[in-house]
Amino acid sequence: MPSPWDRIRDEFPILNQQVNGRPLVYLDNAATTQKPRTVIAALDRFYAQDNANVHRGLHALSMRSTNHYEGARARVAAFINAEAPEEVIFTRGTTESINLVASSWGGANLRKGDVILLTEMEHHSNLVPWQVVAQRTGATLRYLPVTGDEGLLDLSALDRMLTPEVKVFAFTHVSNTLGTINPVAELCARARKVGAVTVIDAAQSIGHMPIDVRAIGCDFLAFSGHKMASVTGIGALYGRRALLDAMPPYQVGGGMISRVDFFESLWKPSPERFEAGTPNFADAVALGASCDFLDSLGRQRIREHDGRLARAAYERLAQLPGIRLIGPAGERGGLVSFAFKSVHAHDVVTFADEDGIALRGGHHCNQPLMKRLGLTSTVRASFYVYNEEREIDALVASMQRTLAFFGLEA
Amino acid sequence: MSAELSDLYQNVILDHNRRPRNRGRIPSANRSAHGDNPSCGDQCDVFLRLDGDRIAEISFEGSGCAISQASASLMTTQLKGKTAAEAEKLYGQFHEIVTTGKEPEDMSDLGAFAGVHAFPARIKCATLSWHAALNALRGDPVPATTESHLD
Repeated sequence: MPSPWDRIRDEFPILNQQVNGRPLVYLDNAATTQKPRTVIAALDRFYAQDNANVHRGLHALSMRSTNHYEGARARVAAFINAEAPEEVIFTRGTTESINLVASSWGGANLRKGDVILLTEMEHHSNLVPWQVVAQRTGATLRYLPVTGDEGLLDLSALDRMLTPEVKVFAFTHVSNTLGTINPVAELCARARKVGAVTVIDAAQSIGHMPIDVRAIGCDFLAFSGHKMASVTGIGALYGRRALLDAMPPYQVGGGMISRVDFFESLWKPSPERFEAGTPNFADAVALGASCDFLDSLGRQRIREHDGRLARAAYERLAQLPGIRLIGPAGERGGLVSFAFKSVHAHDVVTFADEDGIALRGGHHCNQPLMKRLGLTSTVRASFYVYNEEREIDALVASMQRTLAFFGLEA
Repeated sequence: MSAELSDLYQNVILDHNRRPRNRGRIPSANRSAHGDNPSCGDQCDVFLRLDGDRIAEISFEGSGCAISQASASLMTTQLKGKTAAEAEKLYGQFHEIVTTGKEPEDMSDLGAFAGVHAFPARIKCATLSWHAALNALRGDPVPATTESHLD
């Protein structure tokens, strides 16, 4: 039987183009991944055949649309091994998912004297919502340190930091800047011992490796569709049922109430309680399709593929003069992040674009971490299922040309 | 290398990036302002010693790409000795150059930034230090940012 890996690049129509006269080398997957034909087709088919507003509809299209939407919820729940579809709330993406937890759970449960434990490697999306809820509730923030350029969490400091005052521990699964894969199951187990609720930012892991929320043992897990071969504007929050049912709504309005009077209202249970207004059902259907696509490739195999490319790129780039690579030298997620001593990341990215290579340069929404490492910006190359070894050759050659232009011969 | 890219990275720019002029703090500065480019994290501090309405001394500190560093360096050489009104006028001309690529004949080295207009994402790199300098001149206590309609 032919493997879907055999013609993987043909599945992604966008890859077949020239940029600045060169074949596109797309290495900005940590920002957003490209979309396969099956996902684009699922969205197209939904709008062409099934579109109608979901829930309460008594006509055929509305019932069909509702079935597709709730089918997508069940598909996403199975994808992360949640106990029930009701544990999956559709959101706009990781940022909205974390805002939902911070605002709803945090607002109802945090008090003065409580501690919110984060790590120094958090993306702004898993940092700023906690800052705001800390200001609102009087809780304080505490950060688990990163060891330095190798970019690991300092687990030796965890016992000291994970005191009974810690009510919530929020951390990323894979760092979008360092490529570090954190030991999430261990972190959850240790948090549980002090009774802290755990929140995982899975934006960089969801499309790249198997994820089983019950094996990990987390309370909440947030992710975006567009970083897992699906469309923009859709993502999800997983939450344990018992926690969700005790949480107040995040936004209020239609679709989430069981009864409304002029002066008070009653809420539906999860997931409807957290999905006020017409939900983004069409994009949810596309998210379900991307789950099918990724499982057809095999998520363990995706993890190996992306990790192998990232390690190969790391080793090749390490030969370049004046380069500083950050993140672990061994096992890492599918990205490399680096800075040159005398060429700024934005100049590097501009030169790479000239070679048809899409990279990202900047602080990657990780300003506190950058400051901690004494950097203002890095260049990031991030890989996905369609990237190939030859694209690492192109990347390295482009870096050599750039260094030569700025007078730093390789 | 494409014509656009070699227009962007002209020798004047590379030279100022490699050997920035007027870098560091002026001990006698009586005005300063900080600028941020939130989209890339670039930062720039500009220090001025105003003598009446005239810029007697000017320097900068900061980190950023070749375009931003060269622009800050070149700006200091152009603004020294200018009045606040002359500086505002010069910025207007510089802004015209980086956004349209049209280079007035008497623009000296600032004309080297005409190539920026072909790279819209880099215009903010070129204007960051100017925003900071003008804020320092105006005595504006709010840090300059490239995220404004004035870009």
